[in-house]
Amino acid sequence: MSSNSSRRRWPLLLPPLLWQLTFFLLPLLFLFVISFWSVVNFRLEPDMTLKNWDFMLSRSSFWSAYGHTWSLALGAAVVTTCCSFPAACSLAFTVSERTRKLALMFLVVPFFTSYLVRVYSWQAFLADNGIVNALLALVGLDGLPMLNSDFGSLVGYVTLALPLVTLVQTMGLAQIDRNLIEAAHNLRAGPVRTLFEVIMPLAKPSLVVGALFAFILAFGDFVAPTYLGGGAPPTLSNLIIDTTKSGQQWPRAAVVAIVMILTLVVTSLAAVRLAYGRRK
Amino acid sequence: MKEEDKNLQSPFRRRFLQGSSALAVGSALPLSLVSANSSAQSAGQPRTLTMLAWYGHAEPDIVAEFEAKYNVKVKPKYYTGGDNMLALISQSPAGTYDLILSDAEYVPQLRKAGYLERLEAKDYAFDDYFPEFQKFPGHWDGNDLYAVMVRFGFLGVAYNTDAVPESKARSFKVYWDPAYKGKVGHFDWYLPNMGEMSLYAGHKAPYKLEADQFSKLKTVMKSLRPQVAGFFDYGGTFSGLKNGQLQLVCGIGDWITGTLARSGAKVSSVVPDEGGLQWTESLSIGKGTRNRDLANAFIQYITSAQGQVKSAKMAAYPALIPNRKGWELLGQSDPAEARRQGMVLQGHNVMDDIRSGKIVFRQLPVQQSIEDWNDFWSEYKEKA
Repeated sequence: MSSNSSRRRWPLLLPPLLWQLTFFLLPLLFLFVISFWSVVNFRLEPDMTLKNWDFMLSRSSFWSAYGHTWSLALGAAVVTTCCSFPAACSLAFTVSERTRKLALMFLVVPFFTSYLVRVYSWQAFLADNGIVNALLALVGLDGLPMLNSDFGSLVGYVTLALPLVTLVQTMGLAQIDRNLIEAAHNLRAGPVRTLFEVIMPLAKPSLVVGALFAFILAFGDFVAPTYLGGGAPPTLSNLIIDTTKSGQQWPRAAVVAIVMILTLVVTSLAAVRLAYGRRK
Repeated sequence: MKEEDKNLQSPFRRRFLQGSSALAVGSALPLSLVSANSSAQSAGQPRTLTMLAWYGHAEPDIVAEFEAKYNVKVKPKYYTGGDNMLALISQSPAGTYDLILSDAEYVPQLRKAGYLERLEAKDYAFDDYFPEFQKFPGHWDGNDLYAVMVRFGFLGVAYNTDAVPESKARSFKVYWDPAYKGKVGHFDWYLPNMGEMSLYAGHKAPYKLEADQFSKLKTVMKSLRPQVAGFFDYGGTFSGLKNGQLQLVCGIGDWITGTLARSGAKVSSVVPDEGGLQWTESLSIGKGTRNRDLANAFIQYITSAQGQVKSAKMAAYPALIPNRKGWELLGQSDPAEARRQGMVLQGHNVMDDIRSGKIVFRQLPVQQSIEDWNDFWSEYKEKA
């Protein structure tokens, strides 16, 4: 009986498996293989050399870009999580089911517009003579340098990740058993203690997964550090572009890409363990 | 004709390619659509001429007249930067691009890699060109021609005319002026920036540097880094100059500021006293083309006096033209633009700058590798 049902399930599993094999595993394998190739006269030549790995991993510019990307992505994860949480709490606990559905629908609306366009529009706000500094001047404050800085990059990352993280958090918070919150109140736990000792532990998976999404999106993003961060210091995605511009060095760019993928795999595994690991 | 050329153009190959295309299309479309398409072609549907180029070269303001005359549709694939162009060519089978528009410094690489067809010099109006451009370096291999120069421009100091007086912009020193700290941008490509800084460092041949000269260039550039706001691509440079965030940009010229000025932005560019660089765009015919006659006709069209005027005024970005008769025609049809770009036959013009030695052709590094220069560029970007 069970072997019959698993036989019936195979045809359904086959398309996604084929899809993953064709569009994920094979390209990934190819990326790995070309990291050992050479470039001769601007052309990729099959080879089996470690020189690309040696070259990239021995560059201080690579490790600077790595550290910078990591810290920006971590910053984006923290800031986005903190910004999303109050909104997600409101949506999960204080509004009606209908309002929540409507708000969740609106959270999807930003994705209707190109991310590039949204990032470009931020330039009008963050420029030295932009809208934010004009408002600061109105209240007698000095303007702040925001564009072409890490702050600018962070604004871009939050723009990219905030709707998604809010969605994930809201879904997680909405599933918390209200009886547990009421029980905490009945046991005289104040709102802050209830938040930190009941709500956040129960919502931990959604908080961690949301932060992980923000980290992943920021870690690989090219648009925000280029158009709001001024491209300096470079992130790993900027470094990939620079490397391909440097005489078609796709194998070296592949090394950077593989290190990025490995970093994200390790971070994701750690995050999943944190989210779903049992409390001692 | 060489043996390999014969193979590329043999009827068998053509039939094979046609068959392959039909098979590929057939796998995605119903058979009826394919047969409908074939019959439409035989009924005089326009031929397609593929072109790999910077944005703008296959837009209606440039190609509409040619398309109408030859009943052809020019189908562009646009790239941004020579490396992007090389990547696209190396990843495509021979014959994908009938025409290849490239920056002149890449022509020798394209030729050596076997991506270009040999051209017949007699097909083109070189006699109408200024003598300096008739045998452009890198376009010829001995007596064999591989590319025809179409347009060019200068790279110097691009500046916001409201914030920076022209007198200051006439020296690269302006980049170090404390008044513009955090307002200096770089166009994110090592070649023009390092070339300009090399000129500022006093190197008459900015791309042919001995080890000590290369070290000096690095030192000069590092001293500029604290002034720099960031590194920008075409779009970023455009918006930075337009919204006033950038008041000075290194590595560009009229090809960006001219376009912005047309829309009313207060920007301009000058060739500073230390000298400037020349970028050059040239057309070649892609190896394995099946439309050689049309490709050749297009090069003739765009290098003719009329075509050159179109090219000088191209909507995407204006440029200087190498055809003297094109200058004459531009002077008659649009004297204001001819004056703005310095393409006037009476009085001081851009050819004087070239002849005085003030302008140097942009080229790939000679003594060091591209990687050496680009590695320094990455290092430079990293530290303020």
